[in-house]
Amino acid sequence: MALSEDEIFTKVQEALVDALGVDDDETTRDATLVGDLGAESIDFLDIVFKLEKAFDIQIPREELSPEDILTNSQYVQDGVVTADGMAELKKRMPWADLSKFQENPRVQDFGNLLTVGDLCNYVDSKVNQ
Amino acid sequence: MRWFWVDRFTEFVSGSHASGVKNVALDEEVVDDYCLGYTMLPPTLIIEGLAQLGGILVHEKFGFTKRVVLAKVGSAKYYAPARPGDSLQYHVKLERTQDSGATVTGTSHCDGELQAEVDLMFAFLEEGHLIDGPLFNPGDLLAMMRMMNFFHVAVTADGEPIPFHENL
Repeated sequence: MALSEDEIFTKVQEALVDALGVDDDETTRDATLVGDLGAESIDFLDIVFKLEKAFDIQIPREELSPEDILTNSQYVQDGVVTADGMAELKKRMPWADLSKFQENPRVQDFGNLLTVGDLCNYVDSKVNQ
Repeated sequence: MRWFWVDRFTEFVSGSHASGVKNVALDEEVVDDYCLGYTMLPPTLIIEGLAQLGGILVHEKFGFTKRVVLAKVGSAKYYAPARPGDSLQYHVKLERTQDSGATVTGTSHCDGELQAEVDLMFAFLEEGHLIDGPLFNPGDLLAMMRMMNFFHVAVTADGEPIPFHENL
């Protein structure tokens, strides 16, 4: 059964409030998971478990964490993602807004890229495909 | 240092659930040190006991190949103190698994009453993260599981005795 944007947002919000101990009003669509909501690496695993349960989906690790791309010398030079690497990231994460990252695509900044809205788009791509 | 917070496995079904017993005894220093004047097993050690049961449930599911650590206590609720003489019946259930971790829910009952319930998340340490190599000295985990009667009760999902794992 297809879920509306609002239904997805509400469930994603519940998962984030539960996993990160943040308030509802902090989890706006623009909020970044790391910078604004304080997610640490272990929290991402928790968020994945909660989203899998809430939406009855499977989330393979590489879909949310493209570490294989970001550590591949074919796609990264001097700590910066190359044009080929950006193309690969866009292919892997079509649901993410990479426009800001693309302006200065330093690998070290990738961790603070994902927003609540990106997560909603990702879930939408899984449940409404 | 002794760090056994379950006395005995009473049930273990691979990839599904496990049960165990924790008897609270006054000869454990922590029982009268934790809250002076009021003897009780510290609630955190009930989490630890459930995590030991759950950690082995997760570890076995992956053939004892992962470095399993308790990464997060999602929630923990206590409904009654665990006093000396109490026999706590622990039960854990494997909820979800990923290639980098697993979630487990657990309960503690005393005299048939729900005494505590927890949601736990385990993560698998990647090689080189925090420490290198195995988390247990050779044979230590196996010895712990034997003492806890694991092999007396543990069965596969088909009800067959758990085979011996070379990784233990």
